[in-house]
Amino acid sequence: MTWFKKKKLKPAASEKKVVTSKGLWDKCKNCREIIYKKEIEKNFRVCPKCNYHFRITAEERIRIVADTESFREMDADLVSSDPIHFRDSRKYRDRLKEGEKRTGKKDALLCGDARIDGLPVILAVFDFAFMGGSMGSVVGEKIVRGMERALTRKMPFISFASSGGARMQEGIVSLMQMAKTSAAVARLGKAGVPFISVLTDPTFGGVTASFAMLGDVIIAEPRALIGFAGPRVIEQTIREKLPEGFQRAEFLLEHGMVDMIVERRELKNTLAGLVRMFGHEL
Amino acid sequence: MANNYLDFEKPILDLENKIEELNQISTIEGRDVSEELRRLRKKLDQLRKNVYSNLTPWQKTLLARHAQRPNILDYVSLMMEEFYELHGDRTYGDDPAIITGLARLEGSPVAVVGHRKGKNTRENIERNFGMPAPEGYRKALRIMKLAEKFKIPVITFIDTPGAYPGIGAEERGQGEAIARNLYEMSCLKTPVVVVVSGEGGSGGALAIGVGDSILILENAVYSVISPESCSSILWRETSRAEDAARALKMTAQDLKELGVVDRILPEPVGGAHRNYEEMGATLKEALLEVLEDLRRIPPEQLVAKRLERFRKIGAC
Repeated sequence: MTWFKKKKLKPAASEKKVVTSKGLWDKCKNCREIIYKKEIEKNFRVCPKCNYHFRITAEERIRIVADTESFREMDADLVSSDPIHFRDSRKYRDRLKEGEKRTGKKDALLCGDARIDGLPVILAVFDFAFMGGSMGSVVGEKIVRGMERALTRKMPFISFASSGGARMQEGIVSLMQMAKTSAAVARLGKAGVPFISVLTDPTFGGVTASFAMLGDVIIAEPRALIGFAGPRVIEQTIREKLPEGFQRAEFLLEHGMVDMIVERRELKNTLAGLVRMFGHEL
Repeated sequence: MANNYLDFEKPILDLENKIEELNQISTIEGRDVSEELRRLRKKLDQLRKNVYSNLTPWQKTLLARHAQRPNILDYVSLMMEEFYELHGDRTYGDDPAIITGLARLEGSPVAVVGHRKGKNTRENIERNFGMPAPEGYRKALRIMKLAEKFKIPVITFIDTPGAYPGIGAEERGQGEAIARNLYEMSCLKTPVVVVVSGEGGSGGALAIGVGDSILILENAVYSVISPESCSSILWRETSRAEDAARALKMTAQDLKELGVVDRILPEPVGGAHRNYEEMGATLKEALLEVLEDLRRIPPEQLVAKRLERFRKIGAC
C-alpha cells in the first residue's frame, strides 16, 4: 500500500516565512479596536481607546509596579508535591509541566523583595496563565513565607491577585491554604505590618475568600471581575441573567467591598503613597 | 421508610422486606419459620457488614448527604442541656442556614455553631439547603467572639454543600465574610473543636472549620469542591462524579491520612441516621475528652498551636 502514501513535502524555509502584521498589532478585547502593540505596552497594557486593562503576566506586573531591577524572587524552586496524587482525564503533574512550559514558572505566584519608589516591600504576584492562577500548596506556602519575611523585616506586604480560586488538583490541601494564608494575615495585623491587597482581573473563589479580601487597604483595577462564586455558577443556581456590571470592580466599590479603584498607570504612586501613610518611609 | 435507602442499600432493603414478609406469614398462618428467619437474619448481618465496610468515596458522599442524617439541632438535643439559640449578625439579618447558640455539655457552657440543612423540601427551602449567606458567617463570628469574651469553648458542626452562590451574597461580601472568619478563628482565644458531621463543602465549610481539634464522622466528607462540579470542570461531563469523589481524597480516612483531621468517630452500622442515640453518645464522649484536654492549655498557647497546625499544611 505504500505507493498510495505521498511523502509530505516539507515547505522550504523561505515559504514558511509568511509576512504578517500579527505580532505588531493587538485587538482590544473590549472595544475590538486594532491597536499598535507598542502603544499598548507604553500605556501599561491598557487600551488607549477604551481604557480596558489587559490581563498581564506576573513579570509585566512587577515591571509596572516595582522600581527597575529591584525585584528579587524568593522560593522560585518550590514545586508541588502532588499531595493527593491527582489525576482526572490527565495527570496533575502533566498540567504542572504544561503550566511551566507556558509561563516559565514552576507555579502560579512570584514572591520576593522589591522597591516601590525606593520603599522596600514584599511583593506577591499571581500569574493567571499558570493553571488559572489557582492556589495550591506552593502558592499558599510562598504567600505565607513572604508574609513571614514581611513580619520579621517589618516591611509592607503587597499582593496582586489574579486567580480562579483554590486548586482542585490538590484537594483539601488547597482548601487549607485559605486558612493558612488568612492566619498569616492575622499575624501581620497583630504586629502592625501593613498589607495592601490589589485585586485584578479575575479574582475568585478561595483567593477572594481568604487573604485577598483581608488587606488593610483593598485596591481593585478598573472593570476587574471579582467575586466569590463565578458568574456561571450563580446564573445556574438562580436561573436568571446577571445584572450588567455584576462583580466588576465598580460594583464592589459601590457595595463597600473595596477601598478604591486605581488605574494601572497610577498604581505605583498610590501604593508608594499608602506605604508612606502607614509610616514605612525609607 | 423506603426513601430512607440509597441505591447501593437496595439488597439490604430487599432482604429486610423478605424477613418482614416471613414474619407476617408466620403470625397469620401460624407456621414455624424460626429456622428460616434465623438463617436470613444471619445473612442480613453479613450483607450489612459487607456493604458498609466497603463503601466507595461516592457512596460515603451520599451517606454524608443523607436527608435523615442528624443535624446540629439533633446533636444539641442528644448531647446537651439548656439550649439558647442566638440569632442575627447585628448588621443585616439572621441566616437560617447557620445555627448558633449557647448550651451546656455535662453542665459546662459551650457555644455551638453549625450549618443546618433541612430534612425535607419545606425545611430545605427554609434553610436554603444549608448554604449560608454572608450574614450567616457573620453571625457565626459574632457568637465565637462572644464565646471568647466569656471564656466558653466553641463547638462547630460542618454540614453544607457550600456557601450560597447568589447575587445578594456577592453584594454583601461572601468572600470577605468567609475570609474574616478564617482570620479571626485562627486567633480566637478559646478552645475551638470542629466536628465534620456531614458534608464539608469547600470554603463555605472551612469558614467555621478553623479549630484546635478537628473530628470527623466515619462517613462524612470534606472537599475543596463537590465531586459533581469537579467532574464537570475537569472531565467536562457531570457523569464522572464517582471518579472525582475518589480522586479528591475527600473521605474521613483520606483526610486523616493527609493530617487534616485528628480523629475519626465511628458511626452506627449503616450510618449516623440509623441510630441517633448511639451517634450522639459517641460524639459526646469524644467531645468531653477533647475539651478536657484543650481546657488545660492556656489561651495564648492554644492560639500558637492552632497557628502552627495550619501553617504546616502543604508546607513545601
